[in-house]
Amino acid sequence: MPCAPAPRVALVSTPPRRDPSPAGALVDRARLILRGVADPEIPVISVLDLGIVRSVDASGDGVAVSVTPTYAGCPATHVIEQDIVAALQAGGIAAHVVTRLSPPWTTDWITPEGRVRLREYGIAPPGPVSGSGAQAIRFVDRQPEPVSCPQCGSVRTECLSQFGSTACKALYRCLECREPFDYFKPL
Amino acid sequence: MTPHVDYLLRLGDSSLVLGQRLAEWCGHGPVLEEDIAMTNVSLDLLGQARLLLTHAGTLEAAGRDEDALAYLRDARAFRNYTLCELPNSGIEKGRGQAADYAFTVMRNLLYGAWQVHLWDALAGSADASLAAIAAKSAKESAYHLSHAADWVLRFGDGTVESHARAQRALYQLWPYTNELFAPDAIEDAVCGAAIGVRGADLRPAWEATIDRVLAEATLAKPAASGFVSTGKTGRHSEHLDFLLAEMQCLARQHPGSHW
Repeated sequence: MPCAPAPRVALVSTPPRRDPSPAGALVDRARLILRGVADPEIPVISVLDLGIVRSVDASGDGVAVSVTPTYAGCPATHVIEQDIVAALQAGGIAAHVVTRLSPPWTTDWITPEGRVRLREYGIAPPGPVSGSGAQAIRFVDRQPEPVSCPQCGSVRTECLSQFGSTACKALYRCLECREPFDYFKPL
Repeated sequence: MTPHVDYLLRLGDSSLVLGQRLAEWCGHGPVLEEDIAMTNVSLDLLGQARLLLTHAGTLEAAGRDEDALAYLRDARAFRNYTLCELPNSGIEKGRGQAADYAFTVMRNLLYGAWQVHLWDALAGSADASLAAIAAKSAKESAYHLSHAADWVLRFGDGTVESHARAQRALYQLWPYTNELFAPDAIEDAVCGAAIGVRGADLRPAWEATIDRVLAEATLAKPAASGFVSTGKTGRHSEHLDFLLAEMQCLARQHPGSHW
Protein backbone atom coordinates (compact mmCIF):
# COMPACT_ATOMS: atom_id res chain seq x y z
CA MET A 1 0.00 0.00 0.00
CA PRO A 2 1.70 3.23 -1.13
CA CYS A 3 0.23 5.28 1.68
CA ALA A 4 2.37 7.67 3.71
CA PRO A 5 2.46 6.94 7.44
CA ALA A 6 -0.76 7.98 9.05
CA PRO A 7 -0.55 11.62 10.15
CA ARG A 8 -1.63 12.30 13.70
CA VAL A 9 -4.55 14.44 12.74
CA ALA A 10 -6.64 16.08 15.40
CA LEU A 11 -9.68 14.00 14.59
CA VAL A 12 -9.67 12.01 17.79
CA SER A 13 -13.21 11.94 19.10
CA THR A 14 -13.82 13.88 22.28
CA PRO A 15 -12.36 11.98 25.23
CA PRO A 16 -15.01 10.27 27.32
CA ARG A 17 -15.74 11.89 30.62
CA ARG A 18 -13.63 10.51 33.43
CA ASP A 19 -15.22 8.62 36.24
CA PRO A 20 -12.94 8.92 39.31
CA SER A 21 -14.23 5.70 40.95
CA PRO A 22 -12.12 2.50 40.73
CA ALA A 23 -14.71 0.92 38.43
CA GLY A 24 -14.60 4.02 36.24
CA ALA A 25 -10.81 3.83 36.07
CA LEU A 26 -11.04 0.19 35.04
CA VAL A 27 -13.49 1.02 32.25
CA ASP A 28 -11.25 3.87 31.07
CA ARG A 29 -8.27 1.53 30.98
CA ALA A 30 -10.31 -1.10 29.12
CA ARG A 31 -11.33 1.49 26.51
CA LEU A 32 -7.71 2.47 26.05
CA ILE A 33 -6.80 -1.16 25.40
CA LEU A 34 -9.71 -1.53 22.95
CA ARG A 35 -8.27 1.32 20.88
CA GLY A 36 -5.51 -1.13 20.02
CA VAL A 37 -7.82 -4.00 18.99
CA ALA A 38 -8.11 -3.90 15.20
CA ASP A 39 -10.73 -5.31 12.87
CA PRO A 40 -9.11 -8.51 11.56
CA GLU A 41 -10.15 -7.80 7.97
CA ILE A 42 -9.36 -4.07 7.99
CA PRO A 43 -6.40 -3.93 10.39
CA VAL A 44 -6.05 -0.13 10.32
CA ILE A 45 -9.31 0.52 12.12
CA SER A 46 -9.99 -0.29 15.76
CA VAL A 47 -13.15 -1.88 17.05
CA LEU A 48 -13.96 1.44 18.72
CA ASP A 49 -13.58 3.43 15.50
CA LEU A 50 -15.68 0.86 13.66
CA GLY A 51 -18.49 1.63 16.08
CA ILE A 52 -19.21 -1.98 16.98
CA VAL A 53 -18.36 -1.61 20.68
CA ARG A 54 -21.60 -0.23 22.05
CA SER A 55 -20.63 -0.05 25.71
CA VAL A 56 -17.96 -1.02 28.21
CA ASP A 57 -19.24 -1.53 31.74
CA ALA A 58 -17.75 -2.71 35.00
CA SER A 59 -18.99 -6.22 35.72
CA GLY A 60 -17.86 -8.28 38.65
CA ASP A 61 -14.07 -8.11 38.85
CA GLY A 62 -13.74 -7.09 35.22
CA VAL A 63 -15.68 -5.53 32.37
CA ALA A 64 -18.54 -6.48 30.06
CA VAL A 65 -18.10 -5.33 26.49
CA SER A 66 -21.26 -5.02 24.35
CA VAL A 67 -20.51 -5.71 20.72
CA THR A 68 -22.92 -5.44 17.79
CA PRO A 69 -22.13 -7.40 14.62
CA THR A 70 -21.63 -5.50 11.37
CA TYR A 71 -23.23 -8.17 9.17
CA ALA A 72 -25.02 -11.11 10.76
CA GLY A 73 -23.01 -13.60 8.72
CA CYS A 74 -19.65 -11.82 8.99
CA PRO A 75 -17.04 -14.47 9.82
CA ALA A 76 -14.89 -11.84 11.53
CA THR A 77 -17.41 -11.35 14.34
CA HIS A 78 -16.25 -14.38 16.31
CA VAL A 79 -12.58 -13.48 15.83
CA ILE A 80 -13.25 -9.93 17.02
CA GLU A 81 -14.87 -11.21 20.21
CA GLN A 82 -11.89 -13.45 20.90
CA ASP A 83 -9.45 -10.61 20.17
CA ILE A 84 -11.27 -8.27 22.55
CA VAL A 85 -11.23 -10.76 25.41
CA ALA A 86 -7.58 -11.71 24.74
CA ALA A 87 -6.38 -8.08 24.59
CA LEU A 88 -8.14 -7.14 27.81
CA GLN A 89 -6.87 -10.24 29.57
CA ALA A 90 -3.33 -9.42 28.43
CA GLY A 91 -3.90 -6.04 30.08
CA GLY A 92 -4.95 -7.73 33.29
CA ILE A 93 -8.67 -7.15 32.89
CA ALA A 94 -11.12 -10.04 33.00
CA ALA A 95 -13.69 -9.50 30.27
CA HIS A 96 -16.64 -11.06 28.59
CA VAL A 97 -18.42 -10.05 25.42
CA VAL A 98 -22.18 -9.54 25.18
CA THR A 99 -23.65 -9.57 21.67
CA ARG A 100 -26.20 -6.83 21.16
CA LEU A 101 -28.36 -6.89 18.05
CA SER A 102 -30.59 -3.90 18.64
CA PRO A 103 -30.29 -1.22 17.45
CA PRO A 104 -28.61 -2.70 14.40
CA TRP A 105 -25.15 -1.48 13.49
CA THR A 106 -24.92 1.28 10.94
CA THR A 107 -21.91 2.66 9.09
CA ASP A 108 -22.93 6.07 10.48
CA TRP A 109 -21.28 4.88 13.72
CA ILE A 110 -17.82 4.75 12.16
CA THR A 111 -15.90 7.61 13.79
CA PRO A 112 -14.35 10.51 11.82
CA GLU A 113 -10.93 9.13 12.72
CA GLY A 114 -11.97 5.71 11.47
CA ARG A 115 -13.02 7.25 8.15
CA VAL A 116 -9.63 8.92 7.76
CA ARG A 117 -7.90 5.59 8.46
CA LEU A 118 -10.08 3.78 5.90
CA ARG A 119 -9.30 6.29 3.17
CA GLU A 120 -5.57 6.16 3.93
CA TYR A 121 -5.76 2.39 3.69
CA GLY A 122 -7.34 2.63 0.23
CA ILE A 123 -10.96 2.00 1.15
CA ALA A 124 -13.44 4.76 0.36
CA PRO A 125 -15.37 5.43 3.59
CA PRO A 126 -19.16 5.04 3.51
CA GLY A 127 -21.46 7.91 2.66
CA PRO A 128 -24.34 8.71 5.00
CA VAL A 129 -27.08 6.09 5.22
CA SER A 130 -30.04 7.39 3.24
CA GLY A 131 -32.40 8.93 5.75
CA SER A 132 -35.98 8.07 6.71
CA GLY A 133 -37.33 4.61 7.30
CA ALA A 134 -38.41 4.21 3.69
CA GLN A 135 -36.97 1.10 2.08
CA ALA A 136 -34.73 2.41 -0.66
CA ILE A 137 -35.17 -0.01 -3.51
CA ARG A 138 -32.85 1.51 -6.03
CA PHE A 139 -32.42 -0.81 -8.94
CA VAL A 140 -31.63 1.85 -11.52
CA ASP A 141 -29.85 4.68 -9.75
CA ARG A 142 -26.67 3.34 -8.29
CA GLN A 143 -25.51 5.82 -5.67
CA PRO A 144 -27.06 9.09 -4.62
CA GLU A 145 -23.75 10.39 -3.24
CA PRO A 146 -20.63 10.43 -5.41
CA VAL A 147 -17.95 8.07 -4.11
CA SER A 148 -14.52 9.64 -4.28
CA CYS A 149 -11.46 7.61 -5.19
CA PRO A 150 -9.17 6.99 -2.19
CA GLN A 151 -6.12 7.11 -4.49
CA CYS A 152 -6.63 10.36 -6.40
CA GLY A 153 -9.74 11.89 -4.85
CA SER A 154 -11.71 12.05 -8.11
CA VAL A 155 -15.46 11.61 -7.89
CA ARG A 156 -15.57 10.22 -11.43
CA THR A 157 -15.99 6.66 -10.23
CA GLU A 158 -18.29 3.78 -11.07
CA CYS A 159 -19.63 0.77 -9.22
CA LEU A 160 -18.44 -2.53 -10.65
CA SER A 161 -20.21 -4.74 -8.14
CA GLN A 162 -22.25 -4.08 -5.03
CA PHE A 163 -20.53 -6.99 -3.34
CA GLY A 164 -16.77 -6.87 -2.82
CA SER A 165 -14.03 -8.78 -1.05
CA THR A 166 -15.95 -8.82 2.23
CA ALA A 167 -19.63 -8.47 3.12
CA CYS A 168 -19.21 -4.81 4.05
CA LYS A 169 -17.58 -3.60 0.84
CA ALA A 170 -18.54 -2.86 -2.77
CA LEU A 171 -16.13 -2.89 -5.70
CA TYR A 172 -15.56 0.43 -7.49
CA ARG A 173 -13.32 1.75 -10.25
CA CYS A 174 -11.91 5.24 -10.67
CA LEU A 175 -12.42 6.63 -14.18
CA GLU A 176 -9.68 9.23 -13.62
CA CYS A 177 -6.70 7.22 -12.33
CA ARG A 178 -8.16 3.87 -13.52
CA GLU A 179 -7.48 2.19 -10.18
CA PRO A 180 -10.03 -0.23 -8.74
CA PHE A 181 -10.87 0.30 -5.09
CA ASP A 182 -13.13 -0.95 -2.28
CA TYR A 183 -16.03 1.15 -1.04
CA PHE A 184 -17.35 0.60 2.46
CA LYS A 185 -21.09 0.25 1.77
CA PRO A 186 -23.49 2.46 3.73
CA LEU A 187 -25.60 0.14 5.88
CA MET B 1 -43.49 -27.51 19.16
CA THR B 2 -45.19 -24.18 19.75
CA PRO B 3 -46.43 -22.11 16.78
CA HIS B 4 -43.89 -19.47 17.80
CA VAL B 5 -40.95 -21.88 17.38
CA ASP B 6 -42.48 -23.29 14.21
CA TYR B 7 -42.74 -19.78 12.76
CA LEU B 8 -39.11 -18.98 13.61
CA LEU B 9 -38.03 -22.22 11.91
CA ARG B 10 -40.06 -21.23 8.85
CA LEU B 11 -38.06 -18.02 8.55
CA GLY B 12 -34.71 -19.46 9.64
CA ASP B 13 -34.90 -22.61 7.50
CA SER B 14 -35.85 -20.56 4.44
CA SER B 15 -32.75 -18.38 4.87
CA LEU B 16 -30.59 -21.44 5.53
CA VAL B 17 -31.80 -23.47 2.57
CA LEU B 18 -31.64 -20.58 0.10
CA GLY B 19 -28.21 -19.67 1.48
CA GLN B 20 -27.06 -23.23 0.81
CA ARG B 21 -28.47 -23.09 -2.73
CA LEU B 22 -26.66 -19.85 -3.48
CA ALA B 23 -23.44 -21.23 -1.99
CA GLU B 24 -23.45 -23.77 -4.83
CA TRP B 25 -22.32 -20.88 -7.04
CA CYS B 26 -19.13 -20.49 -5.03
CA GLY B 27 -16.31 -21.05 -7.50
CA HIS B 28 -18.78 -21.44 -10.37
CA GLY B 29 -20.09 -17.90 -10.88
CA PRO B 30 -20.43 -16.63 -14.45
CA VAL B 31 -17.86 -13.89 -13.74
CA LEU B 32 -15.61 -13.31 -10.75
CA GLU B 33 -17.59 -10.34 -9.41
CA GLU B 34 -20.82 -12.35 -9.49
CA ASP B 35 -19.17 -15.34 -7.88
CA ILE B 36 -18.24 -13.06 -4.99
CA ALA B 37 -21.60 -11.31 -4.94
CA MET B 38 -23.64 -14.51 -4.80
CA THR B 39 -21.41 -15.91 -2.06
CA ASN B 40 -21.86 -12.71 -0.07
CA VAL B 41 -25.63 -12.92 -0.37
CA SER B 42 -25.40 -16.56 0.72
CA LEU B 43 -23.33 -15.54 3.74
CA ASP B 44 -25.87 -12.90 4.77
CA LEU B 45 -28.66 -15.49 4.56
CA LEU B 46 -26.59 -17.88 6.65
CA GLY B 47 -26.15 -15.10 9.22
CA GLN B 48 -29.93 -14.61 9.38
CA ALA B 49 -30.41 -18.36 9.73
CA ARG B 50 -27.94 -18.59 12.61
CA LEU B 51 -29.71 -15.86 14.57
CA LEU B 52 -33.19 -17.25 13.89
CA LEU B 53 -32.32 -20.89 14.61
CA THR B 54 -30.46 -19.96 17.77
CA HIS B 55 -33.50 -18.01 18.94
CA ALA B 56 -35.82 -20.90 18.00
CA GLY B 57 -33.61 -23.35 19.91
CA THR B 58 -33.60 -21.13 22.98
CA LEU B 59 -37.40 -20.81 22.98
CA GLU B 60 -37.87 -24.50 22.34
CA ALA B 61 -35.70 -25.23 25.41
CA ALA B 62 -35.04 -28.79 24.30
CA GLY B 63 -31.26 -28.40 24.23
CA ARG B 64 -30.96 -27.86 20.48
CA ASP B 65 -28.60 -25.12 19.32
CA GLU B 66 -28.24 -23.69 15.81
CA ASP B 67 -25.99 -26.58 14.74
CA ALA B 68 -28.35 -29.27 16.01
CA LEU B 69 -31.24 -27.64 14.20
CA ALA B 70 -29.34 -27.12 10.95
CA TYR B 71 -27.50 -30.42 10.75
CA LEU B 72 -29.46 -32.99 12.69
CA ARG B 73 -33.00 -32.62 11.37
CA ASP B 74 -34.39 -34.51 8.38
CA ALA B 75 -36.27 -32.94 5.50
CA ARG B 76 -39.71 -33.45 7.03
CA ALA B 77 -38.67 -31.36 10.04
CA PHE B 78 -37.57 -28.43 7.87
CA ARG B 79 -40.08 -25.61 7.57
CA ASN B 80 -38.66 -23.60 4.66
CA TYR B 81 -40.78 -22.44 1.76
CA THR B 82 -40.47 -24.79 -1.21
CA LEU B 83 -39.38 -21.82 -3.35
CA CYS B 84 -36.06 -21.71 -1.50
CA GLU B 85 -35.11 -25.36 -2.13
CA LEU B 86 -35.68 -25.53 -5.90
CA PRO B 87 -32.44 -26.31 -7.76
CA ASN B 88 -30.50 -23.52 -9.46
CA SER B 89 -30.96 -25.29 -12.79
CA GLY B 90 -34.71 -24.61 -12.77
CA ILE B 91 -37.38 -27.20 -12.12
CA GLU B 92 -37.86 -28.72 -15.55
CA LYS B 93 -34.36 -30.10 -16.05
CA GLY B 94 -34.04 -32.24 -12.98
CA ARG B 95 -31.11 -32.94 -10.76
CA GLY B 96 -27.50 -32.64 -11.84
CA GLN B 97 -28.20 -30.22 -14.69
CA ALA B 98 -26.25 -27.05 -15.32
CA ALA B 99 -27.22 -24.18 -13.04
CA ASP B 100 -28.97 -21.24 -14.66
CA TYR B 101 -28.11 -17.73 -13.52
CA ALA B 102 -31.41 -16.32 -14.77
CA PHE B 103 -33.30 -18.78 -12.58
CA THR B 104 -31.07 -17.96 -9.61
CA VAL B 105 -31.43 -14.17 -9.80
CA MET B 106 -35.16 -14.41 -10.56
CA ARG B 107 -35.70 -16.40 -7.37
CA ASN B 108 -33.54 -13.90 -5.49
CA LEU B 109 -35.75 -11.13 -6.80
CA LEU B 110 -38.97 -12.85 -5.75
CA TYR B 111 -37.67 -13.93 -2.36
CA GLY B 112 -35.55 -10.84 -1.74
CA ALA B 113 -38.55 -8.56 -2.28
CA TRP B 114 -40.54 -10.77 0.11
CA GLN B 115 -37.81 -10.54 2.75
CA VAL B 116 -37.54 -6.76 2.45
CA HIS B 117 -41.25 -6.34 3.18
CA LEU B 118 -41.29 -9.13 5.75
CA TRP B 119 -38.39 -7.75 7.84
CA ASP B 120 -39.88 -4.30 7.65
CA ALA B 121 -43.11 -5.60 9.20
CA LEU B 122 -41.42 -7.93 11.71
CA ALA B 123 -39.27 -5.08 13.07
CA GLY B 124 -42.40 -4.27 15.08
CA SER B 125 -42.86 -7.82 16.42
CA ALA B 126 -43.84 -8.39 20.05
CA ASP B 127 -40.93 -10.87 20.16
CA ALA B 128 -38.10 -8.41 20.87
CA SER B 129 -35.39 -10.82 19.64
CA LEU B 130 -37.23 -11.42 16.37
CA ALA B 131 -37.73 -7.67 15.97
CA ALA B 132 -33.99 -7.09 16.44
CA ILE B 133 -33.09 -9.82 13.92
CA ALA B 134 -35.59 -8.36 11.45
CA ALA B 135 -34.23 -4.82 11.80
CA LYS B 136 -30.72 -6.13 11.26
CA SER B 137 -31.65 -8.31 8.28
CA ALA B 138 -33.72 -5.61 6.57
CA LYS B 139 -30.62 -3.62 5.70
CA GLU B 140 -28.90 -6.62 4.14
CA SER B 141 -31.97 -7.80 2.24
CA ALA B 142 -32.30 -4.37 0.60
CA TYR B 143 -28.89 -4.97 -1.00
CA HIS B 144 -29.91 -8.49 -2.08
CA LEU B 145 -33.05 -7.16 -3.73
CA SER B 146 -31.14 -4.41 -5.45
CA HIS B 147 -28.59 -6.91 -6.79
CA ALA B 148 -31.24 -9.33 -8.05
CA ALA B 149 -33.36 -6.57 -9.62
CA ASP B 150 -30.30 -5.26 -11.43
CA TRP B 151 -29.71 -8.63 -13.06
CA VAL B 152 -33.36 -9.26 -13.89
CA LEU B 153 -33.31 -5.90 -15.69
CA ARG B 154 -30.22 -6.83 -17.65
CA PHE B 155 -31.56 -10.26 -18.58
CA GLY B 156 -35.12 -9.18 -19.33
CA ASP B 157 -34.15 -6.12 -21.31
CA GLY B 158 -31.05 -7.79 -22.78
CA THR B 159 -30.65 -10.25 -25.64
CA VAL B 160 -33.29 -12.55 -27.08
CA GLU B 161 -31.67 -15.47 -25.25
CA SER B 162 -31.37 -13.73 -21.88
CA HIS B 163 -34.95 -12.45 -22.12
CA ALA B 164 -36.24 -15.93 -22.91
CA ARG B 165 -34.39 -17.48 -19.99
CA ALA B 166 -35.53 -14.80 -17.54
CA GLN B 167 -39.12 -15.22 -18.70
CA ARG B 168 -38.94 -19.00 -18.45
CA ALA B 169 -37.51 -18.73 -14.93
CA LEU B 170 -40.33 -16.40 -13.94
CA TYR B 171 -43.01 -18.78 -15.30
CA GLN B 172 -41.46 -21.66 -13.37
CA LEU B 173 -41.03 -19.80 -10.10
CA TRP B 174 -44.24 -17.77 -9.98
CA PRO B 175 -46.58 -20.54 -8.73
CA TYR B 176 -44.21 -21.21 -5.82
CA THR B 177 -44.66 -17.66 -4.50
CA ASN B 178 -48.25 -18.51 -3.49
CA GLU B 179 -46.94 -20.35 -0.45
CA LEU B 180 -45.52 -17.11 0.98
CA PHE B 181 -49.02 -15.63 1.19
CA ALA B 182 -51.12 -18.68 2.04
CA PRO B 183 -52.64 -18.50 5.54
CA ASP B 184 -52.38 -21.43 7.95
CA ALA B 185 -52.82 -22.24 11.62
CA ILE B 186 -49.22 -21.34 12.54
CA GLU B 187 -49.58 -17.91 11.02
CA ASP B 188 -52.96 -17.40 12.71
CA ALA B 189 -51.42 -18.22 16.09
CA VAL B 190 -48.35 -15.97 15.81
CA CYS B 191 -50.38 -13.11 14.38
CA GLY B 192 -52.84 -13.39 17.25
CA ALA B 193 -49.90 -12.89 19.62
CA ALA B 194 -48.52 -9.99 17.52
CA ILE B 195 -45.33 -12.01 16.98
CA GLY B 196 -45.66 -12.64 13.26
CA VAL B 197 -47.23 -11.02 10.22
CA ARG B 198 -49.76 -12.28 7.71
CA GLY B 199 -48.20 -13.08 4.38
CA ALA B 200 -51.40 -12.02 2.64
CA ASP B 201 -51.02 -8.54 4.15
CA LEU B 202 -47.59 -8.20 2.56
CA ARG B 203 -48.75 -9.26 -0.89
CA PRO B 204 -49.83 -5.84 -2.27
CA ALA B 205 -46.50 -4.21 -1.39
CA TRP B 206 -44.58 -7.25 -2.66
CA GLU B 207 -46.46 -7.28 -5.97
CA ALA B 208 -45.91 -3.54 -6.40
CA THR B 209 -42.15 -4.06 -6.03
CA ILE B 210 -42.13 -7.00 -8.41
CA ASP B 211 -44.40 -5.30 -10.96
CA ARG B 212 -42.06 -2.33 -11.11
CA VAL B 213 -39.04 -4.50 -11.88
CA LEU B 214 -40.86 -6.71 -14.39
CA ALA B 215 -42.22 -3.72 -16.30
CA GLU B 216 -38.77 -2.17 -16.50
CA ALA B 217 -37.31 -5.53 -17.55
CA THR B 218 -39.97 -5.98 -20.30
CA LEU B 219 -41.02 -9.30 -18.77
CA ALA B 220 -44.61 -10.57 -18.77
CA LYS B 221 -46.16 -11.21 -15.37
CA PRO B 222 -47.51 -14.76 -15.21
CA ALA B 223 -51.22 -15.35 -14.67
CA ALA B 224 -52.36 -16.20 -11.16
CA SER B 225 -52.03 -19.87 -10.35
CA GLY B 226 -53.94 -22.06 -7.91
CA PHE B 227 -50.90 -24.14 -7.01
CA VAL B 228 -49.74 -23.82 -3.42
CA SER B 229 -46.57 -25.61 -2.34
CA THR B 230 -46.32 -26.92 1.22
CA GLY B 231 -42.69 -26.69 2.34
CA LYS B 232 -43.57 -24.60 5.39
CA THR B 233 -45.58 -27.49 6.80
CA GLY B 234 -42.72 -29.94 6.24
CA ARG B 235 -43.98 -31.48 2.98
CA HIS B 236 -41.24 -30.66 0.52
CA SER B 237 -40.29 -31.16 -3.10
CA GLU B 238 -37.94 -33.98 -4.09
CA HIS B 239 -35.05 -31.50 -4.12
CA LEU B 240 -34.63 -30.79 -0.40
CA ASP B 241 -33.27 -34.22 0.58
CA PHE B 242 -30.38 -33.89 -1.86
CA LEU B 243 -29.59 -30.41 -0.62
CA LEU B 244 -29.60 -31.55 3.00
CA ALA B 245 -27.48 -34.60 2.22
CA GLU B 246 -24.75 -32.34 0.93
CA MET B 247 -25.14 -29.75 3.69
CA GLN B 248 -25.33 -32.20 6.58
CA CYS B 249 -23.05 -35.10 5.64
CA LEU B 250 -19.89 -33.73 7.24
CA ALA B 251 -21.57 -32.80 10.53
CA ARG B 252 -23.26 -36.20 10.71
CA GLN B 253 -20.18 -38.23 9.82
CA HIS B 254 -18.05 -36.41 12.37
CA PRO B 255 -20.45 -35.40 15.15
CA GLY B 256 -19.19 -32.62 17.40
CA SER B 257 -16.04 -31.96 15.36
CA HIS B 258 -14.34 -28.58 15.56
CA TRP B 259 -11.69 -27.00 13.40
